[in-house]
Amino acid sequence: MSKILEVKELSRVFKSGTRELTVVNNISFGIEEGTTCAIVGPSGSGKTTLLGLCAGLDRPSSGIVNLTGTTINSLSEDERASVRNKHVGFVFQTFQLVPTLTALENVMVPLELRGEATSDVRKRAIELLTEVGLGDRVHHYPTQLSGGEQQRVAIARAFINQPKILFADEPTGNLDTETGEHIEELIFNLNKSEQTTLVLVTHDIELANKCDRIIRLKNGKVESDELVSMNDTEVAG
Amino acid sequence: MAAIIVGVAAQVAITSFRVNLNESIGNQAKELLGADLEVDRSAPFQPELQAYLDSLSDDQARMLSFSSMAYFPKTEIARLSQIMALEDAFPYYGIIETEPADAADQYVSVNGALVDQSIMQQFDLTVGDSVKVGLITYEIIGGIIDIPGQSMANTFLGPRVIIPYQNIEETGLLERGSRLEYTTFVKYQPGTDAELVVEELDAMRDSISFGFDDVAERQDEVGEAIIYLSNFLNLIGFIALLLGGIGVASSIFVYVRQKISTVAVLRCMGASANQALMIYLIQATAMGFVGSLIGAIAGTVIQLYLPVLVQDFIPVDIELFISWSSVGIGLITGVAISVLFALIPLLAVRKISPLFTLRSVQVNLLGLLNLSTKTLLTIVVVLGVTGYAWIMLLDLVAAVFFTLGLTICLLMLAGFAVLIMKAARKFIPSGLNYEWRQGLANLYRPNNQTTTLLLTFGLGVTLISSLYLTQDLLIGTIDFEGEEDLPNLAFFDIQYDQNDGVNEIIAENGVELIQNVPIVTMRLQSLKGRDVQEILNDTNRVARRWALNREYRSTYRDSLVETEALDQGEFISEFNNFGEPVPISMEKELMGDLSLEIGDTLVWDVQGIPIESYITSVRVVNWQTPQPNFFVVFPAGILEQAPQFFATTVNTTSKDVTSKLQRDIVLAYPNVSAIDVGQIVGTLREFLDRVTFVIQFIGLFSIITGLIVLAGSAATSRFQRIRESVLLRTLGAMQKQVVRIQIIEYAFLGIIAAFIGLLLSLGSTALIGYFYFDIELVPNFTILGMEVVILIALVLFIGLMNTRGIHSKPPLEILRQEA
Repeated sequence: MSKILEVKELSRVFKSGTRELTVVNNISFGIEEGTTCAIVGPSGSGKTTLLGLCAGLDRPSSGIVNLTGTTINSLSEDERASVRNKHVGFVFQTFQLVPTLTALENVMVPLELRGEATSDVRKRAIELLTEVGLGDRVHHYPTQLSGGEQQRVAIARAFINQPKILFADEPTGNLDTETGEHIEELIFNLNKSEQTTLVLVTHDIELANKCDRIIRLKNGKVESDELVSMNDTEVAG
Repeated sequence: MAAIIVGVAAQVAITSFRVNLNESIGNQAKELLGADLEVDRSAPFQPELQAYLDSLSDDQARMLSFSSMAYFPKTEIARLSQIMALEDAFPYYGIIETEPADAADQYVSVNGALVDQSIMQQFDLTVGDSVKVGLITYEIIGGIIDIPGQSMANTFLGPRVIIPYQNIEETGLLERGSRLEYTTFVKYQPGTDAELVVEELDAMRDSISFGFDDVAERQDEVGEAIIYLSNFLNLIGFIALLLGGIGVASSIFVYVRQKISTVAVLRCMGASANQALMIYLIQATAMGFVGSLIGAIAGTVIQLYLPVLVQDFIPVDIELFISWSSVGIGLITGVAISVLFALIPLLAVRKISPLFTLRSVQVNLLGLLNLSTKTLLTIVVVLGVTGYAWIMLLDLVAAVFFTLGLTICLLMLAGFAVLIMKAARKFIPSGLNYEWRQGLANLYRPNNQTTTLLLTFGLGVTLISSLYLTQDLLIGTIDFEGEEDLPNLAFFDIQYDQNDGVNEIIAENGVELIQNVPIVTMRLQSLKGRDVQEILNDTNRVARRWALNREYRSTYRDSLVETEALDQGEFISEFNNFGEPVPISMEKELMGDLSLEIGDTLVWDVQGIPIESYITSVRVVNWQTPQPNFFVVFPAGILEQAPQFFATTVNTTSKDVTSKLQRDIVLAYPNVSAIDVGQIVGTLREFLDRVTFVIQFIGLFSIITGLIVLAGSAATSRFQRIRESVLLRTLGAMQKQVVRIQIIEYAFLGIIAAFIGLLLSLGSTALIGYFYFDIELVPNFTILGMEVVILIALVLFIGLMNTRGIHSKPPLEILRQEA
């Protein structure tokens, strides 16, 4: 299997006045296409920063990020946006839907930004919303939906562009256990059916254990990197 | 807070300015007249009047004033001017300010002339050049800067030329048809009882006609005019303050919405509803106070600039000082408006439930207030506004109308805002591309700026645009320049023996003669068999005094002209039966003013000869054209032999021809006056420009407040915009796509605000035109188009300024906010 994401000696340092804070400290790893990987660690360990760097949402202070075969460090903001639009899906803890658009319109956004024909996009968006169980709520606005429903819209949006890789940041963090479990199921099922690579940031060890691999961070460094199915087996970076 | 600053600044500037002006008028009262008493009449004074004045004081200065052509040989230009032949005792108080300064003391002794400084500059004249008035050529001794009691506005009627009184008869103008105004300025002897003089003069006016003004009366007149002007400006400034109030309410709305969870937590911890309210009320009051204080300081500074704007219209030198009472009133009004408008969202704070800590919900703040609170608040705001307007206008009915007009305007703007938001939500076609859909959806998004922008900016646009349109409306009615077939130059006071000569000069210049109309002056002697004097003395009369008293300038001809239409009866074209009543045609409005009907008889005193007439027709006359029009038209055949003079209108092809023709005629016939329509329109335009500039300057405060409120409300949604932009960037949007969405939103807001503002201003101007000036509005689409472009550009600028820096934010920030 080829690697869809590869990071080498990645660091991210924040400056506040004369103080420097190293949030991600010389991290290297690779993720194979079609696998699922959880990044876990305590608050402030650098999980979200690492996810942002991997998805091209932030620039590293040093090191290299290779996403879907492209080294994204050297790309401009717009070029990185284009890579995300074509190959990347996102699911956020607080759903991040556009409040003025309906569920259907929200799902359509990534492909519409690409300028694809509205009728085809609409068809695919309705299919996805039906798949996540919201076929009857396509014209509802985010405020008219429950938290779980909003997250399902966000999941449908994440899969609309048939991403090669899906980044999920605490996707169940704002949901009750039952709804959270349903959302987890949806993400993993879609991930499987769409053959997407999943990178998941979470506190939830139970959720992390559903992934093929768990990377544990502590103080910005990789504390452990193990395959879940092959308990306690270390993975080479 | 910035909106309150601007609103209070406008208020303080205007009220301080008014206090300054009133003080100045009080201090310079006697200089307003230049004497203690001014008596005037359009004919030489009656012996008893002159005797009375002689009994008052020997200090009398006479002035003879009239309109006549002044010819400047150096530039070969002739211009209809206000000639003032003055005795050098005038003024008794103040000075005629001239350049050089001693010119006013010298012009009488050297038999020279003083000419308005502005016209000297315009014609490039210098001291030592000459001006010809009638038959006499005077050397120009100096330029007039200021005459006691007159403002620069007086020169809009034509440049002023002061010549010595002593040899006025030698100009040859007195007996050649010029309309003369005889004035005598009197300086009282010490101990004169000014009130008694007024009473005695009033008593004399029961038997003889003349006019007079004394210092107290002139002071009242000027003071009153200034109070009207400043009250009007104050109301416009008050609108700026109200807009500021709306701005305060809108920003506190957004602020409170953001603080709902904080309030809920405080309530959870046991804070009472009133404690929660007080926390924010104190904040709002403090903000209102600080804003008002800065505004008051700014207003005091702006006040220094206001005299520059209006000095030309005001006959006193404005003395500047800080008016503490105005500063106080500004502070109180500013704080009151801030608190009043802040109360609307703040009272909702009392209703925020501690339950909101457990469950995050979208709260409609206004929905939290019950109906009686909303009604009470509305009543307080309406009463406050009306009360303030009442204080400013000193007229309750006008104040009620002001509030009503403002309310209707605001309601319409708010109605439009709701309509637009609903339409945007309902009718945005799903087939539109994403950027358009998102841009338009922003019009009704949470924290949208549609209502605030339409209310503040729309009202500002309505105000300013109405002023422009009304000005344009007035100019439009007299701007005949460039209209073919209409005369652009008129000659008046052409004597019977000069008529052929004038016509010849016109022909020699190759100019098309449009009308050559004979004019016979006459007065009404009796009406329906009753003597005019008897009617005037009748306290139950319905006929209007001016119509009974005036000197009629009538004509005779055999047909109607283009500018009139037959309304009733039959127009008799010719009548040759001397000695029998003459069939005449009257103008419709005059029929009403004299309470006449077809068939009624009138006797005219045609320069000593009574002519009996009866009315056979009524005409509707379009007075708004530059041709000579008449109240009374006699048929051909009767007045041909009466003493008469002529008025001639021509249509010239260029300014050069106009100028040359005027020069040729004035040189040959100095008593003939020329009215250059183009010149008059230009002067009037300049005058209106200056008046409207003053109003627009104050109106500008509303626009500035509108912009500040817009910027403020844009800033409160900045956080949400950043989130959304970053979200879109995360999902793969290009920078230009995000920018395009914002441009679409703000351009739309700008277009809507501009169009609705213009629509309302068109409506209000059309109503003003219809009811007040009786003119139909023909909007100037160039001006309107320009306004739309400027307004949209302004809104776009503010909107895009608000989103500056968004694009440089790395998308990761959105994830950080979640972590």
